[in-house]
Amino acid sequence: MTKVIQIKDLVKHYYVGDIVVPAIQHIDIEIGQGEFVSIMGASGSGKSTLMNIIGCLDEPTEGQYFLDGEDVAKMTKNQYADVRNRKIGFVFQNFNLLPRTTALENVELPILYDRSGTNKNSKALAKEALIQVGLGDRMDHVPNQLSGGQKQRVALARALVNSPSILLADEPTGNLDSRTSIDMMKLFQKLNSRGITIIVVTHEHDIASYTSRTIFLRDGRIIKDRLQQAKQAALIPEKDMSDPAEEVV
Amino acid sequence: MKLLRIEKVALSSIFRNRSRSLLTSLGIIIGVCSVIVMVAVGEGSQKKIETDISSMGTNLLMIRPGSSSYQGVRGGAGSRESLTMDDCETLREQATLVQAISPSVSTYAQIIGGSGNWNCKVEGVSPEYLEIRNFEIEQGTMFTEKDIASRKKVAVIGKTIEEELFPSGNAVGQKLRINNTPFTIIGVLAEKGNNSMGMDQDDFVLAPSMTVLYRLKGGKYGSYVNMIYVSAVSDDVIDEAEVELTTILLRAHKIDFEDDADFTIRSQSEITDFATSTASTLTLLLGAIAGVSLIVGGIGIMNIMLVSVTERTREIGIRISVGARTNDVLLQFLAEAITLSLIGGILGLLFAMIITMILSKLTSLTPMINPAIAFIAFIFSGAVGIFFGYYPAKKASELNPIDALHYE
Repeated sequence: MTKVIQIKDLVKHYYVGDIVVPAIQHIDIEIGQGEFVSIMGASGSGKSTLMNIIGCLDEPTEGQYFLDGEDVAKMTKNQYADVRNRKIGFVFQNFNLLPRTTALENVELPILYDRSGTNKNSKALAKEALIQVGLGDRMDHVPNQLSGGQKQRVALARALVNSPSILLADEPTGNLDSRTSIDMMKLFQKLNSRGITIIVVTHEHDIASYTSRTIFLRDGRIIKDRLQQAKQAALIPEKDMSDPAEEVV
Repeated sequence: MKLLRIEKVALSSIFRNRSRSLLTSLGIIIGVCSVIVMVAVGEGSQKKIETDISSMGTNLLMIRPGSSSYQGVRGGAGSRESLTMDDCETLREQATLVQAISPSVSTYAQIIGGSGNWNCKVEGVSPEYLEIRNFEIEQGTMFTEKDIASRKKVAVIGKTIEEELFPSGNAVGQKLRINNTPFTIIGVLAEKGNNSMGMDQDDFVLAPSMTVLYRLKGGKYGSYVNMIYVSAVSDDVIDEAEVELTTILLRAHKIDFEDDADFTIRSQSEITDFATSTASTLTLLLGAIAGVSLIVGGIGIMNIMLVSVTERTREIGIRISVGARTNDVLLQFLAEAITLSLIGGILGLLFAMIITMILSKLTSLTPMINPAIAFIAFIFSGAVGIFFGYYPAKKASELNPIDALHYE
């Protein structure tokens, strides 16, 4: 299996005034193409920090991070931006959608910043992504008019619109009820089955059980890294015909 | 990202945040508008005073007798009988920088004619008076040098006299009795309106100088005149003309020193200088008030921009996290700020034009928009808008995307 993510001896410190707060202490991880990984741990265990570093939103203090075999530390700021734009899709716990902006325009955003040169029809692509997450009928709604689950699906559509090879989700179900959470995991499983590498940060065992590998963090160190048989989210009874996951091809 | 796309993003951001955009532009609108209007009003009144004064006459110089002194009792300005018809002739012969000269022999008289009677000033002048004082004949004709020589009893009346005594407008050819001496009206002057001091410039009767001197004032005190009006050949030589007139008159009156002169000369430019200095003080005052409102407008823009920084910092975090480069974000914010400032500036200019138009319709002011001031106001509020729109964005774009996303 090709290693899409290779992390070697990673250290991240935060500085609060003169005090050094170690968030991650000497972590090594390898994640292969097409894996569905969950990262678990209590608050303050460094899981979000690790996720931000993997997502190129934050830089490590020490250690190396290879993305597709490329040393991220050697990238320029603009290359960094392009990685965030095309290679990685990021879903946040608090959605981070632009306020007063329609779902369609929110999803369009990454296409506007795509410099790969191809003259994409951003509207059509954004529509396609929204249909993919089951929000074809909510395109012109602004975030205020959407429920938590719908907002998270808009965020997911935004993460997917540039067809990234890696999808990162930081507590994607943290603000959702359990039913919507399972829908979300079902969407993730479908995406994973199509070859996208997915990493989910969560503190719920239930959510982690839908993934095929779980990494446990405590105080910035890996304490356990195990493979497991993923629970099939499809086992949940589907009575609701408008169930978004059903529309996933 | 192409510039067009950036402008598109900026525009959609402006329209999405309508209230913020409106408030920002409002600061610029008020700043630009108030500066332009106030300076326009100031300069308009200055200009009005200048035209009022120039309506007194063309390159006008006024020679008046000095004050009298008899047995220790001094009369006021102009009370001395030192200027005569002969002085007038001397000046006419000798002065080179002078275009036209007219004596003025005046008296207040009760005039009877048409529908009633009226008391006004009767001024004995020469035909050049019209040219010197910028009067025009509306009906009939002006009297001639021949009429002066023959002391003919003809009169040209001001517009006010026509309105008072001949409201039906057929004054020319009618009889007018001035202090019981019958005159024939041969002309009516065109209306000139009030002067800058608010005095009616049309409430008088003109008659040949010799006629007034001998038939109304009786000529018993000699050929003394109350004033000599002179028009210099051009406004560049008014000062030189004044010197020349002084020299000629001093010689004619056999006076050696200018300090002993029995006459005074005032030029129109002195009056203009005095009046415009008042008006420019007004312009300065209005300009200062306008400057303050420009600064207040600038502070308004600054406040709105700074208040929205929290929200905008998160927005920048979101944009960067989905792959915007620093330059994309900076250009977008710059484009937004420039667009808002431009819209605000243009609207401000537009409002200023509308307000000045309304002002000139509703009031006697004639505000004049000064393009330089409009430009300065435009640039200043634009600069404030752009700086406070761009600077917070610059700071936010330098943040780590995660810090920007979590900015409180």
